[in-house]
Amino acid sequence: MEATVVKTGTEGKTWGGGNQPLKASYGKMMMWFFIVSDALTFSGFLASYGFSRFKFVDAWPIPDQVFTHFPFLHGVDAPMYYVAFMTFILIFSSVTMVLAVDAGHKMKQNKVILYLFLTIIGGLIFLGSQAWEWNTFIKGDFGAIETKGGQIIQFLDKEGERVALRDFAAPATGERTEQTRENGIWFEGEPEYYPSVSFEQVKEGFLANDNLLVRIQHKDEHGHHIVLNREESIAKVVNDGAMVVEGANLRHNEYGHPLFADFFFFITGFHGFHVATGVLINCIIFFNVILGTYERRGHYEMVEKVGLYWHFVDLVWVFVFTFFYLV
Amino acid sequence: MAHEQEHKLEIFRGALKFKSNVTKIWGVFVVLSIVTTVEVALGIVRPDFLVDHHFLALRLLNWIFIILTLFKAYYITWDFMHMRDETNGLRRAVIWTTLFLIAYLVALVLIEGDYIFEVYKNGYIKFNF
Repeated sequence: MEATVVKTGTEGKTWGGGNQPLKASYGKMMMWFFIVSDALTFSGFLASYGFSRFKFVDAWPIPDQVFTHFPFLHGVDAPMYYVAFMTFILIFSSVTMVLAVDAGHKMKQNKVILYLFLTIIGGLIFLGSQAWEWNTFIKGDFGAIETKGGQIIQFLDKEGERVALRDFAAPATGERTEQTRENGIWFEGEPEYYPSVSFEQVKEGFLANDNLLVRIQHKDEHGHHIVLNREESIAKVVNDGAMVVEGANLRHNEYGHPLFADFFFFITGFHGFHVATGVLINCIIFFNVILGTYERRGHYEMVEKVGLYWHFVDLVWVFVFTFFYLV
Repeated sequence: MAHEQEHKLEIFRGALKFKSNVTKIWGVFVVLSIVTTVEVALGIVRPDFLVDHHFLALRLLNWIFIILTLFKAYYITWDFMHMRDETNGLRRAVIWTTLFLIAYLVALVLIEGDYIFEVYKNGYIKFNF
């Protein structure tokens, strides 16, 4: 005699339990939910970048003038080419990843190994490129003067070409005496950052060279930074100039607003961290594939789940590329 | 559990059909490459017309970049991440959630940024950090 009801009358219905309305495995669904939350994190970063940019919309650096370098092409003005190259690398590694997933569906172990290997190589090339990009950005190129109010002014010749500080600064006179702890009660240490020429040298060289003009952070209605005439330039440098900035760090940025550098480091850094973990996870899966783990398991769903993460990293780069380099 | 998943093999609403999943992947790669090339070319040339004309307070050029980006994001998600082959439920749970939250966040934050810009410009506060 049946004492308990074992049938609920909902068998086979959507909410009857025991079925999978989304037709996705637990692992794959959790990867999707992780991706959703990570997408929100990245959009938080990009939105705060947009906030700062809108806040200083008439004085924000123009990416075409910031990222102008290409490896082995020193002195050649190559805006965007390098980032475009990085974008293609990442898209292509996404393609090899999805080919690996496809080969996994067909249970072709050797093809999965090949495509995963290519994906890892692509990820490593991307990481190396990003390191180079960071290095170039941090080192800087032409140098600039920061005003007392924290604005950046850059130097041009009459033809509108950028001129590096080292090319016109007056030779150093006298020696820079290093401060030491014994001589100051509150002295903590020499600043870790000081440029190769002093502000006085730059000012002297600028006043001596009639060919030099100054470009300020503010933009005209066409979105070009305003270039001052000679008289205004002299007034700007003499009255407002405060210090020399070479390259970029978290406090000073020769390309323009310091926030630009802060967000650049933070967002591309966080993305690069994702790429790095992606490469790491790909490596783990790569060795599992070689060892035949998924062959024994009977399916390659793990490759698919890792693939989702890898494509997500590519997806984020598509947005970072647009909002940092294009817009 | 090795469910041999059936892939939908057409993109552009059926205008472009592929024979196998592998050829579709290469097809999507070609589409994404073309779009990226167009973006980079526009970014280098920056045509005056697109820079000087605005729509809803945004340069036409930036609208083009944003639309092309969303276009690329769509194909990466739909074909590389196989969203096209997932059930409606999973697709909506992921896409609608992110889209609405991000649109909300971005709208509020950008409006606020623009407001502060106006305060700096028209008020008595000087440029500061």
